[in-house]
Parts: sequence; C-alpha cells; structure tokens
Amino acid sequence: MSIRVQGYVRPNGKVGVRNHVLVIPTVVCSAETAMRIADSVEGAVTIYNQHGCCQLPYDVELVERALIGYGKNPNVAAVLVVGLGCESVNIHRVADRIASTGKPVETVIIQEAGGTLKTIERGVSIVKEFVQEAAKIKREEVDISEIIASAECGGSDATSGLVANPVVGYAIDKLIDLGGTVIFSETTEVIGAEHLLARRAASKEVADKLLAVIRRLEDFLKSQGMDIRGSQPTPGNIAGGITTLEEKSLGAIIKAGTRVLQGVLEYGEEPTGKGLYFMDTPGQDIESITGMVAGGAVLVLFTTGRGTPTGCPIAPVIKVTGNPYTYEKMKDNIDFYAAVIEGKETVKEAGERLFNEMIEVINGKPTKSEALKHREFGIYKTLPTI
Amino acid sequence: MKLESPKKVLVFHRNDNVAVALTDLKRGQEVEVEVNGEKLKITLLNDIPFGHKFAIRDIPEGREVIKYGEVIGISSKFIKTGEHVHVHNVKSVKV
Repeated sequence: MSIRVQGYVRPNGKVGVRNHVLVIPTVVCSAETAMRIADSVEGAVTIYNQHGCCQLPYDVELVERALIGYGKNPNVAAVLVVGLGCESVNIHRVADRIASTGKPVETVIIQEAGGTLKTIERGVSIVKEFVQEAAKIKREEVDISEIIASAECGGSDATSGLVANPVVGYAIDKLIDLGGTVIFSETTEVIGAEHLLARRAASKEVADKLLAVIRRLEDFLKSQGMDIRGSQPTPGNIAGGITTLEEKSLGAIIKAGTRVLQGVLEYGEEPTGKGLYFMDTPGQDIESITGMVAGGAVLVLFTTGRGTPTGCPIAPVIKVTGNPYTYEKMKDNIDFYAAVIEGKETVKEAGERLFNEMIEVINGKPTKSEALKHREFGIYKTLPTI
Repeated sequence: MKLESPKKVLVFHRNDNVAVALTDLKRGQEVEVEVNGEKLKITLLNDIPFGHKFAIRDIPEGREVIKYGEVIGISSKFIKTGEHVHVHNVKSVKV
C-alpha cells in the first residue's frame, strides 16, 4: 500500500508540508530586530532565540545545530539570518550550512549594516523578495514515506498513557509501515523502560547508544543530588494506578508506537534513514519539539491530558487528548479527541481517524496552534550562561 | 472530575495479563474483557478505581506482569484473576 500526499519538494529533494520564509536571529541580541523584520512582511516567521553568546562550547554547538536545523527544515522555503556581529554563534557557518540545502539564504549583520533601522530596511527588502519567490513553489504529489513526523507529550494525566499515547502510537506505527520516519524524544521519560526500548533496537550499536544517552543524563542528575529512579513513580502516579517506573515510562513511550528503533540522535541531529528514531532531549515540551523540528520533523503529534497551547514557528502541531473534559474545556487548543474512554471508538479506530487527520494537515489544513499563531521556541542548554 | 465509561475496561496487547479500568469499578462486579477476539467474563475481587489494573488471568508469584505487551514488573505474591494489581503485589524489575 502507498499513500500520496501534497508536499513542497525542496531543491535537495526533502519534502515539507508548509512553505515558510524564516528569519533566524543567531543570538538573543539580534532577536528583537529579527522579529521587527518578520512582523513587517506577510508570510514571514521568526524564532525567539534567547541564546547564542556567552555560553560554553558544548551549548554554543547546541544552539548552532538548532538554528541550522530550523533553517534546513523542509517546511522552510528561504532564510534570512540576522546576526549582531560579535556573538559566539558563527553567523556564516549557520548561513552556509542552511544554504547547502539549495534554498535561498541571505545574511544581515547589525554591526555591519549600521544599527536597527538599516538592518530592518535591508532585511525587510530581502524577506519581501523571498516571500514573493516562495509563493511560486507549489505543492506536488509525493509518497507519504517522504514525511518525517515527531511525537511529543505534555501536560499529561491518567488518560495520556491509557488513550492519547496509544492512539498516537497507532498512527505512528502506520506511518512507519508506509515507509515514513518518526522522531520521538524526552530522555527523562524513557528512564525505567530503556531496557525494553533497547530490545527493539535495530542493532547492538543503537541499543548501546540509547543506554549511554540515558546513563549520561542520570549521571548528571546524580551529580546534582537527584535520583529519578528512586523518586518515581510519584505518590500521585501511584494513586492514579501507576505501579512501577517501567509502567510509567512505557505509558509515555507508547506514543512512539511499537516498531524497530533505527537510531539514537543527539539534540537537533537529522535521522540518516527511514523508520523510528529516538532523540536525546529534555522532557520540557518546547525544547523537545525545537530539537525534533531542528532534526527535520515537518509535523508534531502532541498528546496531552490537561491541555496546553504549545505550537511551533514552522511545523504544524496536532494536539491529541483522550480526556473528554479537557477537550471540552480546551477546544481552542486541542485538535483531536479520541473518544475511547466514552466507549465511542477503540484505540485502533481513533488511531485510523488520527492518521487521516494527519494527512489533511500534511496537505495544508492548519492546526489550531497554527491558526492561533502559537510559535513557541526554545533551545536546550546543559550549562549556565557565563 | 469523574470519567464514566460504558466500555469499562481496556486491554492494550494480546500478551497482557492485566486490564485497566476506564471507570471506577466495584468488588463483585462482573466485567467483560476481550483478548484476541475471545471474550472473558471476570468477577472483580476488589474495588478497581479509574486507571488502576486488575488481573485477567491468574499470575503466580514471581511471574511477569504484562501491560502494553511489555513487562511492567514481577508479581510479589499469587495474584488471582479479578484481583487488584498494584504496588502491594507487584515489584519493579529495574530499580
């Protein structure tokens, strides 16, 4: 079986589901100027980068990887990089890496242009051209196997592990069976079930990398006096029916389905093949989504129990809940209600319905987070700003 | 907030030996569980609150407790069909 969808084919062959012109500030010092530029042109978006300078080398690398990944993401048609001129992030490296995809990239540097107003003037004129050029790129029919999706959970409650996560897991299994690619993340939420996930790894190397990534996080937490294993599941989890840490973690990772784990990615790193990939990210929703979208995910399936408005500047986020009360109360933000607890459908039926909704979103239907312009963005950092 | 479910229970995977209550269930209540297309009638031996688990077959002491088709722990005593499965009769494998 194969399913055809309508996507934007970029010069490097990668397929996007949106056609954004993106203004990237390399550092917090240029973020406000970048925002003025994006706000001045219909069809342009920006990201509020709070970092990029006075950080230790490993964290500068994370910021560069996130910015480059956002620029390279196939949902982006063209990129303007706005730098200050003296930041740690290498402006030209960011621009060059993005340009390697073949999409148009320009750079404006505030200290060279001569201040805010000249930067805005130059930036707006470039972005206006980009938007007009991008409008000429039309959707084309492609195979669904070209799609890279991602799975996230946030604001979880007892219904997440029972309904929303298994329903998203079903849709993800189906996408992978059709040849697609899926990234899931949140290292803290795998702790306790890593031995079970490792069993699904495609090779010993993949299993070892997964266990190493978990160990790295646990060792760091221990050095800070924190013991996740010892404090989980929480008394609230136990009252809710969660018996062991492995049960809690399984309830979280079931959102990524049940297929073979093909690889383990660093934060913001791109998958090298098709199938299921795990990315090392924090559990915080925004930083986790930012990492997966930097890794090339063109859409996000987001499960929630309590509800959350989270979106993404360049990728549609499909919000899924299994809690009927949350859906009623948070309808502004939640796209999909799986009526399993009410007995109106099974996990499988809801999963099929969600898969079809995902196809509509791929083909251009805006999600609620897009319609309400939710553009949350945040880059993971591991060390203090200095 | 109270979640009511006419469906009452959920079994995730054909290998599971526990089901999850989708609504508050009472001791003595008979529930129907579908596993592999086979319908089992189970009489509950305890109250099972929403989100909690009960055994859908006997689980002798020291056996794997399976949910989502994966091992979530080991039984620390004999668990009878219909009995509440939780921290009092299951231990984590990993910790």
